[in-house]
Amino acid sequence: MLIPLEHILIFSTLLFAIGVYGVLVRRNVVGILISIELILNSVNVNLIAFSRSNALDPVMGQVFAIFVITLAAVGATVGLAIVLALYRIKRTVYTDEINLLKW
Amino acid sequence: MLPILAKLFIYGVLFLSLVAALGVVLLPNIFHAALCLVGTLLGIAALYLALQAEFIAVVQVLLYVGAVMTLVIFAIMLTHRIGDMTIPQTNKQSLPACLALFAFVVLIGGLLLKTDWSILVGTGGSVASVNPPVDTFMLGKALLGEYVFPFEVVSVILIAGLIGAIVVARKD
Repeated sequence: MLIPLEHILIFSTLLFAIGVYGVLVRRNVVGILISIELILNSVNVNLIAFSRSNALDPVMGQVFAIFVITLAAVGATVGLAIVLALYRIKRTVYTDEINLLKW
Repeated sequence: MLPILAKLFIYGVLFLSLVAALGVVLLPNIFHAALCLVGTLLGIAALYLALQAEFIAVVQVLLYVGAVMTLVIFAIMLTHRIGDMTIPQTNKQSLPACLALFAFVVLIGGLLLKTDWSILVGTGGSVASVNPPVDTFMLGKALLGEYVFPFEVVSVILIAGLIGAIVVARKD
């Protein structure tokens, strides 16, 4: 490998932490969705790195990375559709102004 | 000479990806954040190329940078509120989130650096193993052979998500 496995793992840990920070702190729903994309990408980085370094079945990591990418695309599609529907009803994309499920 | 340059290039790409990821969560303008996400995704695609996962890198560029980012920018354009700049973009959980995630990164990073990732070979010593790169032929064969059932399940989820998105977003 070009660079050691540990460095890639630390990179993906930092990416994951940045994504979780975005999910926790952003008020905009679209911002939360793109932070979730960051988290899913950090997972993919781990899968590919282990598939290259010391997995017993190197194909498996790449197959699961493809599945993760597909499901992330589905999640983004449905999430953004919900955002658009919500904006049409409530005229807002900020999480603390969306209180439809509270009494 | 050349491997050192390649190494420096990859570390630079990783650093720029992290900077762009910080931009994604910190920039007040959500449109700039989406553009930063494009930078992060391209950096990760470059890392995949460095790990010799060419197919995944191409899929990353096509699906994430091409499709998902178009969708996100579309949603931002359709929901952008006039005078957006005066509205605070973050809630008040910034400090506790920072502290908790710093503790998380220190804990996981320490564990990662302490762990011996090399594989035990028989009873002898351990070696740092490198698998041969997976080419697209092997990947396609596995996807439609060994992993054909998960592949079909993902296809069903994809079509369900498609129909669901249309149903949720349409005007009635």
